[in-house]
Order: sequence, then structure tokens, then C-alpha cells
Amino acid sequence: MQTFSFDPVELPPAAAKLRLEVRQFLAEHNSKRSPLDRAQSWSGNDPEFSRKMGEAGFIGMVWPKKYGGHERTSFERYVMLEEMLVAGAPVASHWIADRQSGPLLLRFGTEEQRQKYLPHVAAGKMYFCIGMSEPDSGSDLASVRSKAVKVDGGYRINGRKIWTSGAHTAHVMLGLFRTGSNPDGRQEGLTQFLIDLRTSDGTDLKAKNNILVRPIRSLLGEAHFNEVVFDDTFVPDSAVVGKADNGWSQVMSELAFERSGPERYLSSIQLILQMIRELSKNPTPQGYAAVGRLIAHLSTLRQMSVSVAAKLNAGLDPALEGSIVKDLGAVFEQETPTIAQQIFNVEPRIGKGASDLEQVMGFLVQNSVSYSMRGGTREILRGIIARGLGLR
Amino acid sequence: MSEISTMLGDTVNRLLGDLVTSEMLAAAEEGVWPAALWKAVEDAGLTLPLVSEKHGGAGCSWLDARVVLHGAGQHGAPIPLAETILAGWLLDCAGIEPPQGPMSVAYAAADAPLHLFRDADGWRLDGVCPRVPWGEAAGHIVVVEEAEGAVRVVMVAKGDYQIEPDFNMAREPRDTLRFINAPVTACNVAAALPADAVALYGALIRSVQIGGALERTLQESVKYANDRIQFGKPIGKFQAVQQSLAQLADEVAACGAAGTAACAAIDKSRRSNNSADVWLRIASAKARAGEGAGKGASIAHQTHGAFGFTYEHVLHFATRRLWSWRAEFGTGDVWAQELGRRVVEIGADNLWDTLTATD
Repeated sequence: MQTFSFDPVELPPAAAKLRLEVRQFLAEHNSKRSPLDRAQSWSGNDPEFSRKMGEAGFIGMVWPKKYGGHERTSFERYVMLEEMLVAGAPVASHWIADRQSGPLLLRFGTEEQRQKYLPHVAAGKMYFCIGMSEPDSGSDLASVRSKAVKVDGGYRINGRKIWTSGAHTAHVMLGLFRTGSNPDGRQEGLTQFLIDLRTSDGTDLKAKNNILVRPIRSLLGEAHFNEVVFDDTFVPDSAVVGKADNGWSQVMSELAFERSGPERYLSSIQLILQMIRELSKNPTPQGYAAVGRLIAHLSTLRQMSVSVAAKLNAGLDPALEGSIVKDLGAVFEQETPTIAQQIFNVEPRIGKGASDLEQVMGFLVQNSVSYSMRGGTREILRGIIARGLGLR
Repeated sequence: MSEISTMLGDTVNRLLGDLVTSEMLAAAEEGVWPAALWKAVEDAGLTLPLVSEKHGGAGCSWLDARVVLHGAGQHGAPIPLAETILAGWLLDCAGIEPPQGPMSVAYAAADAPLHLFRDADGWRLDGVCPRVPWGEAAGHIVVVEEAEGAVRVVMVAKGDYQIEPDFNMAREPRDTLRFINAPVTACNVAAALPADAVALYGALIRSVQIGGALERTLQESVKYANDRIQFGKPIGKFQAVQQSLAQLADEVAACGAAGTAACAAIDKSRRSNNSADVWLRIASAKARAGEGAGKGASIAHQTHGAFGFTYEHVLHFATRRLWSWRAEFGTGDVWAQELGRRVVEIGADNLWDTLTATD
């Protein structure tokens, strides 16, 4: 049995200082948002807000300065993120580029790729989307079939990606395609490509490159994610990220960044805040007990998440710990609306005349079902944990 | 983990792993005091980790001592190790040198408080403390009471109080102690302690012990799932079993982390002289552990099938402790309710500031 540990971490003094800067920034630029808007958490889009974050130095915080970064510690980045999420700031536009794609390019990208993309990303002006899942490939990512075939000077891409968040606004897709000659190669023969969807100034390149983006409406009626169809799309050799046919291990390292951040337990924080506001008006013992229990979970998850961040920072591979945080975090985020429903006799709904509590509940009751799917389903995560326990 | 933690962890696991056998646990339930175990633990210096060196202790941090508390829970050691560690620390906080031998801590019911007063011969204690862990085994009982405008740590020696024996579900002694104008062996002001220190820090030691006992249930469950063959393969190969054991691991991890965070908060508060965060972390730890104890025990038993329901199997030594400990020093729900009340009082706009104030 592999042991797991969540050692306590003391954040460096610079992190406390940064926290105040972020709060100042939020007071200036995020004070007008309604509780319902805030409940969107990291799916809230606002390119203007992203640009302001870029100007303030809150994107690419840990990256080298020569790529537009700020060479801060990952603890400072953690503090920035949690402050943004607790405030319900609209961070979705730059989210993927800042969290995943940028770090991936720093690790595997060429100098040319880093220069081309990272300074724009850090400025809050260039956004990424991730092309991994396909209609027939969800949790079983190694079964992707969309192909990139070698041609003179580059590759021709054909196939479909799905559940691609932000593809309609993104400038770049970081996509995973099958390049190996063996179509049953599973984890071998996959390659990551940078596919331009827009120029840095926003000009749409999709039609020109034979790329079709179709919005997919969620059960809430919103279209945050998409289907993306490639029809003989040409990408140059310079678009290959890292080594051709090495995509699988690159993607796995990318997912490790994704599993244990503050976004994995703060997605329902706006509802907890509304519950506290409601209880301050109409206190009940069972309301206190329910909120107290949620706070006990929240503070524990934060300790665990910060502890994993420290391990990542030290270059360790806390895959097991990260999966535990994400699994517990999603359960916590999902049970919050159910608990709110148990203690308040209100009807969750979004619309005219609804109270903030009703609206935030209305959004989260519906949206939170997705929290145990995105970034690795509950079943996959628990499989990873079981492997760590020595059961597989 | 610090070097001291690692060393303490190795010592406690080797020692308790060797000595705390099923036979010893069963005998302890029949009232047999494991004198050799106590002597070994005391000789190894595990009983007073939180006591300063000038008072004969090891001068460790709470984070270091946590390892011993966790081990005590993991092995179900049938001795008042956790209670002695806490009693020693409380005495040390008041500048009192702890005695050798097992100790315990006691507090009165909220509606029938103790009375600490002075007469011509010195301090005296009057009142009843119900369900004192290992009350009869302890040579000294430590109580924290407010008197004459200050919080005081009080030590009373065996023989100066009456004992009515009783037990918890795990057949650990939980005795009622009657102090009838009892003479006090030592009494001193402890400025840094709250008046409810025994209940508060008692909740912490139980939270950490719960983390340890939960880890034991996980170890036993994984072992069983890998050994038990059904349908031609170990049951641990079935996804249904894997998925539920992953949830047990989640609970072990969360309860462990919550207890660890509370210990870290105490250490930090002692460096910064600011104990605002300590209450919140301990309340969170007990609320989290109280919940995890029930979930974890249930998954462990489900995994073990009927074998885990027998007295012969070791699992119940951990799970009956989990069910008892989650209620001791306040149930998780009681702590959660008070935590919720305080959070609502602090207000939504100050919540995050409060949770991050002592980074």
C-alpha cells in the first residue's frame, strides 16, 4: 500500500502580501458582479477582466520573465487563484492557458512556440482550449481516433473533438491526435499539436483552416463547451508540441496540474456564503450545524490542496494525493446545494424576483452535477486511488 | 515531517506494533492492565512529548506529538497514552512538573460545574466529572478550572477522589470521578489556556486518534481485499470494492489532514502568541473526524463481510473505538454547530479572511 501524506505548509510572507494586492484588485474590478454571476466560478468569461489581470501581473505568475511571466512562487499563484475564486471573479477566458497550456509549453514547447504564445497569454489577451475528448473517447482517452497524417511540411488533421470548453473564444487549441501508424496503438503514437483558431489580434482563422466549432448547450441552456470538427486541416511541423508520438505522457503530466488546485473545492463557495448570509438573518441550530460541517470540510480541503501544491512545487509527483483532493472536493461541491436545500425552505430558481440564495442554489443544483466529471471522472479518480492502495 | 516526527513515528509503530496484540486488547477489555506495555511506552519516552525538557519531557511540538497520538489510535493501545500526553502538556503550560505514571484529564458537565476554591490548607476541588477516560488507571487527574479570575491547571492525586468504574463501547474505562472537597496536589495559573481547555484539546487528541484508527481500518481492509478470493480472484480486483476502498482512503486522508492542521495551528499560535485560529482548527478536526469515523468504519466492515463482524477478527478493536471516540469530548455535530454559529457571527464577508488569517 502506497502511503499518502498531507504535510502542513506555511505560506511564505510574500503570499500574504500578494493576498492583499489581489483583494485590492478585486475591490476595484469585481465589486459589481451579482451573486449569480459569481457562482459561475471559473466558468465565468470576461476577456476585459482577463486583460486587467494580465496588466496586474496575475497571469503566468510563475513563468520566466522573458516569456511575460513574473517569476513568483507557486504559493503566490495559489493565493491569487483562491482569492479570485472566493470572489467569484470571471477568470475563464485565460484559465486553461494559465493553468495548463502555458506550463505545458514551458515544459515541452520549443523556444519559438513559447515566444509566439506565452507573452500574449500572460497579457491576458490570448486564450487556449484543450482538444482531448472525442465523441467515442471520454474517460478512455487513449482511444482517441482523430488523426494527424504526415504530409510535406506538416500534418493533415481529420476528426472531431468534443466538450471543448471555450473553443468559440480561444485563439489556440492544444489538441491530442493519433499520428502513429498503428491505429490500435492506444497510448503510443499520440501527438500534441498547437492549432491556431485566431490570430493574436483576434481575427478568426477557423473557416480558413477548415475547422468548424459547434456550440453544445448544457442542461442550463448555456454554451460553454463545443464540438470541434477538423476537415483536412493543415498544421505545420512547427505546431508539434514536444516529441511526435509522445503525446500520452505529456498529457498525463498536464493532468497532474489539474487535479488539486483551489478550483477543485471552491466551485460552490458562493452558496456557502449565501447560506451564512441567510443564517445571520434567520438562525437555526440545524443551519449552524450544516454550515459548520461545510466549513470543517472546506478548511480541511484547503489544507490538503495547499499541501499538494507544496509537493508539486518541490518537483514531487503527488498523483495519489491530487486524486484524493479532487474526489473529496467534488463530493463537497456537489453536496453543498443539497444541504442548502435541507436547511432552507426555498425553491431554487434563476430568474426575475428570485433572491440571491434562490438564484445561486438554482445555478449550483444544476451545474454541480458536472463537477465530478470534468478533469477526470469520480470513477477514474477512485481507480487511481485504488491503484495507489495496491488493489490493481 | 521533521526528523523528530519520523523518529517518534518509527518508535511508536515498532513498539505498539509488537506489543499491542489481539490477546492484549481482549484481556484489557476484561480489565487486565497491560503494565508491561505502559512501562515500555514510558521507558521509550513517549508519554511526555509535549512537556518541556526542564520539566523532564521531550520538548516536542504538537506536530511531533501528533505522530504518537496517531500511533496510539492506529494500534488501539489499551493505555491512557493520549490522555497522559495531554495532561502532561496542560501541567507544563502551568509550569507544573508532571509526575511519572499514567494520567488522565477530566471535565464536568456544563450544567454542573466544578468548584475550585481555597481554604486554610490550600486549593480544593469539588464536583463530579463523568466518563473520565482511564480514571481508575491514572495516578493523577488533571483538570482546568477558572478560579479567582484566572484559568488554573489543577492536579489531584489518586486516593483523593472516589471512582465509579464504567466503560465505553470499546470497553475502554470511562469512569465517574467524585471530588469531595478534594485536596489538590498542584495548582497554577496557565495564562495561555482557555477555561474549556480539557474539552477543546481532548477533542483534538480524539480527532488525531480517530485518524490513526481509520488508517488501521484501511490497512486491514486492503489486506483482506487482496487475500480474500471470491469468483476466482481477490475481491480487491472488483471495481465495486476498489471504488469503496478509495472512499475509505479519502476519509483517512481528510481526517488525518484535519488533525494535522490543528496541531500545526497550536504550534503556530505558541510562536505568535495568537490563538484565534486554534479553536477553529480543532472544531474542524473533530467535526471532520466525527464524520469520517462513521463512514470509514462502515466501508471497512462492508469490505470484511461477516469475518469483520466476529470478535476473533481484529477489525472491531479499531471500529468500536471509532464509534466511541467520535462521541467523546463532544460529537462532531456539536462541534460543527458551534463552528457554524461562530462563522455566521463572523459573517460571510470575513469568512475567507478568517480561514486564511494564519497562513
